[in-house]
Amino acid sequence: MSTQEWTKAVTVTVNGRRETREVEHRTLLVHLLREQLRLTGTHIGCDTSNCGACTVILDGAAVKSCTVLAVQAHGHEVTTVEGLSGPFDGLSAVQEGFRQEHGLQCGYCTPGMLMASTALLSEQPDPSPEQVRHALEGNICRCTGYEMIVRSVRWAAEHSDGATP
Amino acid sequence: MIPAPFRHITVETVEEALAALVEFGDEARLLAGGHSLLPLMKLRLATPAVLIDISGISGMDTVQVDGDHLLVGALTRHRTLELSDLVAREAPLLGHVAGLVGDPQVRNRGTIGGSIAHADPAADLPCALVALDGVVGLRSVTGAQREVRAEEFFTGFWSSVMEPDEMITHFRIPRTGSAGWAYEKYTARAQDWATVAVACVAGRVVLGAMSDTPLRASAVEQAIASGATAAEAALTAHEGTNPSGDLRASAEYRAHLATVLTERVLLRSGYGI
Ligand SMILES: Cc1cc2nc3c(=O)[nH]c(=O)nc-3n(C[C@H](O)[C@H](O)[C@H](O)COP(=O)(O)OP(=O)(O)OC[C@H]3O[C@@H](n4cnc5c(N)ncnc54)[C@H](O)[C@@H]3O)c2cc1C
Ligand code: FES
Ligand code: FES
Repeated sequence: MSTQEWTKAVTVTVNGRRETREVEHRTLLVHLLREQLRLTGTHIGCDTSNCGACTVILDGAAVKSCTVLAVQAHGHEVTTVEGLSGPFDGLSAVQEGFRQEHGLQCGYCTPGMLMASTALLSEQPDPSPEQVRHALEGNICRCTGYEMIVRSVRWAAEHSDGATP
Repeated sequence: MIPAPFRHITVETVEEALAALVEFGDEARLLAGGHSLLPLMKLRLATPAVLIDISGISGMDTVQVDGDHLLVGALTRHRTLELSDLVAREAPLLGHVAGLVGDPQVRNRGTIGGSIAHADPAADLPCALVALDGVVGLRSVTGAQREVRAEEFFTGFWSSVMEPDEMITHFRIPRTGSAGWAYEKYTARAQDWATVAVACVAGRVVLGAMSDTPLRASAVEQAIASGATAAEAALTAHEGTNPSGDLRASAEYRAHLATVLTERVLLRSGYGI
């Protein structure tokens, strides 16, 4: 096989911008984002599909970008943590919620938590703390003990109208 | 971790997928949601030279009523089954179990066809499909189609009666409607494969992770049919099983879990009260 057969051009709409890059067929979406598009907000934690640090939103649904091939995202829309924004001094309600309720310590899991929480609230605008816990089952945090993360997501649900605290 | 190099090809029809399977033979694997295959490839436990991406085949990700059955396309994602009102009404066990697979991110990608083809004895949907007495619809490149009862589909750890030139196109699942059902999945962590799982629906009881395939608990079913209480019937749950011992649990503990979980599903399904 010639090297050409190992690569192809993919076009992905990332945070609203159409991006075309030549990738190896085996390139993972997370590597396209981090290494080729230099969007390093998306983290790699476990690299074994378990921790959720690499979570991005693909066509509206939270996915682990370490377990999706870049070629599988061809023609689709991806939102990363860099694409979040909103009325709280530029931050979205979820981002501001993590600030207000101190939903992080080291911050490593945070981009994944923000994306999984954003996907949750888009489907279920007012989840109970129990529902938040279930929705974040795919995201591991080694610092906070989750309590503050749950409160952060609840904060976002309560401030979805964008009214400043 | 990055998979070994491979060629990714997309196909738009079942015919193209099957033709590619024949063309590339042993070298090729079908790619659906990728949530069993890609982790294995990243660990280099699987090194296919060609991935035939079937996720773009249209019309294979829907659930429809077909007489007494639900017709479920092989590419239907766990998430779709979890949220489907039709599934909740006609085969509630299926929707409930789909909602317990992994975590939301996994359910957003994984498909029922991939889960059944992968044939992991600790996986949730294989156990549910056997309990529901579902049927696996297969097609080969010659155009030959066959339907295999889920109970006869699984032959061992990660193996089934599916031939290398076949693929799963659909499932036919009896509409169990209001028949009593329950599913118990014991996991050590919030998100994990079952240490032991037990499914019950319409008087059929099936154990997950108690052997190298999902296993019907025939002794339990018979005990219930002949009037035993749930507790009495559950004592026979381990009969004919062959659980392994591993980091999650010893074989003895699995046998104990099977008894406890069986009693719970029987009671919740309305049997042996
Ligand atoms: C973090 C994590 C947690 C998980 N937790 C659970 C859990 O708790 N319970 C559980 O049951 N599962 C769990 N899974 C597995 C998950 O359910 C997978 O989605 C599923 O097993 C495979 O489906 P897929 O569509 O992703 O298949 P793929 O990975 O694309 O394919 C799997 C295999 O099936 C073959 N295949 C796919 N589609 C077809 C078809 N139509 N016909 C023939 N062959 C086909 C492929 O060639 C491959 O060999 C987990 C996975 C991950 C990554
Ligand atoms: S890096 Fe993707 S799940 Fe951990
Ligand atoms: S804040 Fe450190 S891992 Fe979550």
